Amino acid sequence: MKSSRSLGHVTPQRAHFDAPLQLASGTTLAAFDLVYETYGNLNAARSNAILICHALSGTHHVAGTYEGDPRSTGWWDNMVGPGKPVDTERFFVVGVNNLGGCHGSTGPSSLDPATGRPFGARFPFVTVADWVNAQARLADHLDIPRFAAVMGGSLGAMQALQWSLSYPGRLGHAIVIAGAPSLSAQNIGFNEVARQAITTDPDFHGGDYYAHGVIPERGLRLARMLGHITYLSDDAMMEKFGRELLGERPRFSLDVEFEIESYLRHQGDKFAERFDANTYLIMTKALDYFDPAAQAQGNLSAALAAARAKFLVLSFTTDWRFSPGRSREIVKALLDNSLSVSYAEIESTQGHDAFLMENEDYFAVMNAYLERVAREVGA
Amino acid sequence: MIRADLAAIAHWISPGANVLDLGCGDGQLLTYLQQAKQVSGYGIEIEPERVVASIRNGVNVLQMNLETGLSGFDDHSFDTVILSQTLQAMRQTEAILRDMLRVGREGIVTFPNFGYWKNRVQVLTGTMPKSEAMPYEWYDTPNIHLCTLADFEGLCRTIGARVIERIVISPEGRRVNAFPNLLGSLAIYRIRA
Repeated sequence: MKSSRSLGHVTPQRAHFDAPLQLASGTTLAAFDLVYETYGNLNAARSNAILICHALSGTHHVAGTYEGDPRSTGWWDNMVGPGKPVDTERFFVVGVNNLGGCHGSTGPSSLDPATGRPFGARFPFVTVADWVNAQARLADHLDIPRFAAVMGGSLGAMQALQWSLSYPGRLGHAIVIAGAPSLSAQNIGFNEVARQAITTDPDFHGGDYYAHGVIPERGLRLARMLGHITYLSDDAMMEKFGRELLGERPRFSLDVEFEIESYLRHQGDKFAERFDANTYLIMTKALDYFDPAAQAQGNLSAALAAARAKFLVLSFTTDWRFSPGRSREIVKALLDNSLSVSYAEIESTQGHDAFLMENEDYFAVMNAYLERVAREVGA
Repeated sequence: MIRADLAAIAHWISPGANVLDLGCGDGQLLTYLQQAKQVSGYGIEIEPERVVASIRNGVNVLQMNLETGLSGFDDHSFDTVILSQTLQAMRQTEAILRDMLRVGREGIVTFPNFGYWKNRVQVLTGTMPKSEAMPYEWYDTPNIHLCTLADFEGLCRTIGARVIERIVISPEGRRVNAFPNLLGSLAIYRIRA
């Protein structure tokens, strides 16, 4: 058993890109910045890089902490670090904040050089494929010709899958965790309710709330509360909160009474403090639009014919947001193309959130697979 | 050293074939076939530890429950579908045999022969058989559908499967030609729909 530790202090970096980026929507972004972090060392052959793609609310801060802020642990710190499945003593790991984000990369809250004011509602919609194109620019900037693996969970899984289609020669492995080949109508429905919560907040001001010195806090809070319900399973929620009351007995009031209410409100409040509403809108739209099969008359197998990577696909038994059946659709399409794929359906009570949690079977699969990746690239 | 049944299975696989190994365990058979016959293919396994072992061994493994069938696989999408020492532990015995012959152009089935004379002797002396091929106590065995060569061939007739070839081997790994249902401990069948 290898012993694992934390990365310790990490520092974000920024890259500026001057060449215009053509977006799927038809618009062009004249220039943009990406904020990213790297851990470990790129080997002489430049073959040991792993790109970590973040999910809806993630950032470039994947692992480690910032100096002076011991509570700033990265969102996938249990997965990435010395001796962890994504072993930073063997791999050079890149985490990047996606375009449209609100943690440093160019997004709706950034200043539009044309006007000197925040982009706001004028920031273009971006797709998963656009993100991947921007990430490829970052790979060029870091002089990484080919990633040993591109990986992510949920929306991050979609980026890993998109990488295998957009840049088939630039990744060895795609690790697709708790993903889906497209959103279901139900998924889009949940996203739309979340967006409506934000856009109908009186403080939204058509997306230009920055100028008014307010944020659509109530809307963001609601959006996040709704999201959290879909990230957990019924069982996990019941196990964690049950019907526990904060007080002794029902108070017959609309104040917070049940533990679950308290939890959701807390998650909503935390989120509203750190996340930009326009970014949330853009990210959920990127989710809705993702559908590689649409390029091939709805035939996912035909759409994945371009892929050359080897795949690891993982799902979690109680994930009802992106259920195992959705991952099996991806596996089936990969099989139809005789591509190299392993698939594990991890037993978990945690629902969609399971991809962020430590779980013995999950980590054993990741360790075994990444060991194989490391061997292949001589890491 | 290569287990005699692995070598026998490899004998029936054409080089470069596309194979599906149902109940692939730690991926030993696929690893062997990749080296000996440059096959491509996938293993199916349900136990998490074995899935991990297969991945570690560089085998493409899909964690799925065979009992629910092979509905995710198209007709004749594999050259050969292998069911190695798994049949006897399956509940849906008949269904999996039919399904493997739907998905594969050919099937290879191996199982411990319950008719092997040492098994018969143990039953005659009043105990459930235990052997190298069936190392379990009656109360903790995963084997719920043990059969003899005659039984298996009967089932093949019932489901309309043709036996193309059969190899029966002794515990020492030697081919058994005379009285196979009595002298063979392990049966390896090549079948087609």
